[in-house]
Amino acid sequence: MIETKNIDFYYGNFQALKNINMKIGANTVTAFIGPSGCGKSTFLRLFNRMNDLIDDTRMEGQCIVDGKDIYNKSINIDELRKKVGMVFQKPNPFPKSIFENVAYGLKVNNMGDRRFIAQRVEESLKSAVLWDEVKDKLNKSALELSGGQQQRLCIARALAVAPSIILMDEPASALDPISTSKIEELIHQLKQQYTIVIVTHNMQQAARVSDTTGFFMLGELIEYNNTKKIFLNPDNEATQNYITGRFG
Amino acid sequence: MKHNEQEIKVLKDEINQMWRLVISQLEKSRQALLNNNVELAFEIVSMEKRVNAFELKIESNCENYIALYSPVAIDLRLVLSIMKISITLERIGDFADGIARHVIERDCSNVDKKLVEELEIEKMFDILINMITDSFVALNSENTKTSGRILAKDEEVNTIYHKSFQRLDEYLQKNPQEILCGLKLMLLIRKMERIGDHCSNIVEEIVFYIEAKVLKHKGKMEQIE
Repeated sequence: MIETKNIDFYYGNFQALKNINMKIGANTVTAFIGPSGCGKSTFLRLFNRMNDLIDDTRMEGQCIVDGKDIYNKSINIDELRKKVGMVFQKPNPFPKSIFENVAYGLKVNNMGDRRFIAQRVEESLKSAVLWDEVKDKLNKSALELSGGQQQRLCIARALAVAPSIILMDEPASALDPISTSKIEELIHQLKQQYTIVIVTHNMQQAARVSDTTGFFMLGELIEYNNTKKIFLNPDNEATQNYITGRFG
Repeated sequence: MKHNEQEIKVLKDEINQMWRLVISQLEKSRQALLNNNVELAFEIVSMEKRVNAFELKIESNCENYIALYSPVAIDLRLVLSIMKISITLERIGDFADGIARHVIERDCSNVDKKLVEELEIEKMFDILINMITDSFVALNSENTKTSGRILAKDEEVNTIYHKSFQRLDEYLQKNPQEILCGLKLMLLIRKMERIGDHCSNIVEEIVFYIEAKVLKHKGKMEQIE
């Protein structure tokens, strides 16, 4: 589903990623962990070319999604970002109604008529386990929702354009424990239909939600393994030191 | 040293204290039995409460550590191992207590010394004390090299145990008036055989902690090799 080959990434002269090779299977949850500045978010943003929006950056190597090198010149970036949705650390709903937030991507991309859009909004809100909480106030401002609801709304917004991959950059770090638990449960459910890649600083969260975990340090992928293996008996000493809190 | 490392150190210190106490209980039970020392036997029975208290304290501290620090990898394996080792040590303590009570009850105080020699009770004690001491060293040096040797000693204990049936059978046929004492001796040897099994279980936990290998219900010696 996703494969990277010999990825190097630079911010100006600073090399943020060093020769990263990774394969991510379909319908799995993959977590990236590591100390701040280790390159995990930079690596995540490669998968839908969000790093293109940052000045003075450069990538070498190949990033293949569904068999296609997404850094090939022939790739349509809008289509790529429909296929590879993203949810950010801080909930970022648009200052519009709940309905309009979810419908936004569909309307911008001219994806279907009003009836289709209404149906897709409902499906997406149900998939994001938010429908029951908002079905009677779809025309209310999304900004009136709680932080946890806003984050699930952003997930619904990402789901509406029918992606196959969802990238999550610390999706629960700004949320309380109850909202965090709902997001984690949601990730677990979404795995049936989507491939999820999540960056998290919360190692217990990585352990709870993911099937595979990649540990990054100083721009290198130190260990990439089954999550149970990483958290019970990692192969690399640096991984063990990090997850047991001996550094980082 | 980080805060969580200090907590780990406390857990290790406690299991070490319990371990030393159980080794001492076993050594005293050896002396009490072989020398028919009732006073020492009473001391063992009285110290058994401390062994039990250690088990409860270690269990509670391990639960707290898991709840507060969410340990993973080697830390998680250590805490799980310490919990299981403390339970096993408590059982060994129970057996030492049982041997002491056997001495206190004086059922076999006049037992034939030659029979005791032939049953190799002293040798069994020596092996068991070696096993429990070596496993203590293995955990503290975080070295599993001796684990194969410790498990092999359990085989020696089992061999002595199985040989004792035949020897007792012969003795009791010649001395049927000693049947009660013979039965009690059999129970006592059975207790010692169980101590050997428990020492093997401790070794399994140490291998799990250090190497993340599960030896349980598998050919232990092959796994070690």
